Amino acid sequence: MNMETRSLKTSAETELASLFDGARGDFAGSDAVRKRREEAFSAFDKRGLPHRRVEEYKYSDIRAKLKSASALVAAGTDGDAKAALDAVATYGDLERYRIVIDNGRLVTGLSDIGALKGEGVTVSDLNAALGETDGLLDVSTIAAADPMIMLNTALVLGGAVVRVGDGVEVSRPIEIVYTASATGARYTRCRIELGKGAKATILESFEDDVAEAEGNAVSDFVIGDEAKLTLARVVTGEATHVSSVLMDIGASAEVKAIGFNMGTDFARTQSFVTFSGEHSNASLYGITMVREKQHSDHTLVVDHKVPNCESRERFKAVIDDFAEGVFQGKIIVRPHAQKTDGRMMTQALLLSEDASMANKPELEIFADDVQCAHGATSGQIDEDLLFYLRARGIPEAQARMLLVLAFLAEAVEEMEDEGIVSALEGRIRDWLSVEE
Amino acid sequence: MLEIKNLHAHVGDDETEILRGVNLTVKPGEVHAIMGPNGSGKSTLSYILAGKDDYEVTEGDILFNGESMLEMEPDERAAAGLFLAFQYPIEIPGVATMTFLKTALNAQRKARGEGELSTPEFMKKVKEKAAELNITMDMLKRPLNVGFSGGEKKRSEILQMSLLEPKLCIMDETDSGLDIDALKIVADGVNRLRSPDRAMVVITHYQRLLDHIVPDVVHVLSRGRIVKTGGKELALELEKNGYADYVGQAA
Repeated sequence: MNMETRSLKTSAETELASLFDGARGDFAGSDAVRKRREEAFSAFDKRGLPHRRVEEYKYSDIRAKLKSASALVAAGTDGDAKAALDAVATYGDLERYRIVIDNGRLVTGLSDIGALKGEGVTVSDLNAALGETDGLLDVSTIAAADPMIMLNTALVLGGAVVRVGDGVEVSRPIEIVYTASATGARYTRCRIELGKGAKATILESFEDDVAEAEGNAVSDFVIGDEAKLTLARVVTGEATHVSSVLMDIGASAEVKAIGFNMGTDFARTQSFVTFSGEHSNASLYGITMVREKQHSDHTLVVDHKVPNCESRERFKAVIDDFAEGVFQGKIIVRPHAQKTDGRMMTQALLLSEDASMANKPELEIFADDVQCAHGATSGQIDEDLLFYLRARGIPEAQARMLLVLAFLAEAVEEMEDEGIVSALEGRIRDWLSVEE
Repeated sequence: MLEIKNLHAHVGDDETEILRGVNLTVKPGEVHAIMGPNGSGKSTLSYILAGKDDYEVTEGDILFNGESMLEMEPDERAAAGLFLAFQYPIEIPGVATMTFLKTALNAQRKARGEGELSTPEFMKKVKEKAAELNITMDMLKRPLNVGFSGGEKKRSEILQMSLLEPKLCIMDETDSGLDIDALKIVADGVNRLRSPDRAMVVITHYQRLLDHIVPDVVHVLSRGRIVKTGGKELALELEKNGYADYVGQAA
């Protein structure tokens, strides 16, 4: 029996319990799925919202942040979703397929489901898929104890299941766009599966943050043997956003992923990456851009469960005003995971006296023939670089912007695809130019 | 063009004077060489001219085309036509050389109220000047000075100078780290820029650069003062006898 006593629930926790009570009648899916959701809520309810005395949330106290829980957002009309989608500009005219999730639900009418089917990619509504396939709400060992994922499992409103067939190379990127046409909390979940030898670029754009409403999204990637995934995620907006990326990587697979937390009032992006097959490699990049009193947390757990895999983690943060950045990165190397090669680096550029960055790198190594390293730096803009640019006639503000862009470009340019790199750098420029 | 009058300066918090009353007048079309032993204040003088704020000017003035530069920001001085070729050109990861060149040129044009160059116009200009200096397109795509050899960095400085077409070029130890072939390329690049309305100040430790860039006037800087001024033969004399005669004089 769990002897932990939690005498008082916060009002947000009480509200979440009543949200769950009200929602459970509408749950889609099999009895097994319903049971899974009941268990998830009860596990969450025992723990409550994570707070600063929970090690994984030491720097991102959700209990303190979330004074009350918003009601679940209602489904919108296709027309409203279209209007919300039209306001999104991240990838401009980059040729791509789109899957639209508005107010937490898949909008089939706005998604390129037919065209994707022609390429060998099936897209289905999560709620329909839950009735057909068990295990869609399961999470990996390293993510099992996370209360925010439990909450997502319990309350998820909808999402998509995307399956890229064996050997299919999708000719264009697939953008999953999360929009909001109404206010309210959004619990969304997407499952993205790449079959054996499949190759795909996925863009996830969270453009759904409406002030005063919280978002909780889980993106669950299952990457088959010899598959190749390129992933770019942008979390932006004004709300409280917790985003969890689950990634299970098969053998001889290749992953390159970048995640932006950009100008969100409170954003936590947590990634749980598991190497399940040998000879795979993953390059994981993260970008934080915050100002005013914003808070951005990139948390990463990489589990080398099998031998002979390589991981590269590189996180960059640009922090201005009173904003806070957090990086927590843990690399676990299991006892038999010999020949693991893991390197983690986090770098912060502090643009003001009051900006702060908390770095917590951790290595848990149980094998003896591995190469692992981590490093962390925090600093200001280099005055010598600034002087050099100014001595060539570039005014100070422009020179600073160029140096911030250069700092971030080192990570962004690793994505290689020119269309994506230039779209992401465009977002960075927009963010920088609104600075006073 | 350039008039330095009784310039006194020290570094930030350190009260020790590094420049102790420098006087120098450079007219359009002239090439002046400033030579001197280590620690004489040569680099300090070049940084102060470019506007680096680590130094404090306590007395005197610097006039550029008749106007005091002391209150001007480094980028304003550049736009007004002053260029410093750095002794140690800085590496800037993440900024492609080409992007940097275009940004700098257009920023200066904008500051002078001239229109920005279009990309094709700019490319044509860069390709022409780069070819003269044996700089490949591949180098221009790389981040500024990152992974460049010593010689490539100096050639990159001269490329910037020829693109920006300044009125006054200050070269701080441009010969350091160059082998004979690279020295020739750099010197040819500099000589192409010589013109009746452009002035140059060449700061160097050794005479060999002056075989290639022949100065009109040679100054000896020692302990923060110009202690001797002469023609190009002064450089040869220094090469033969060293600075010993002058170090004592300035004390």
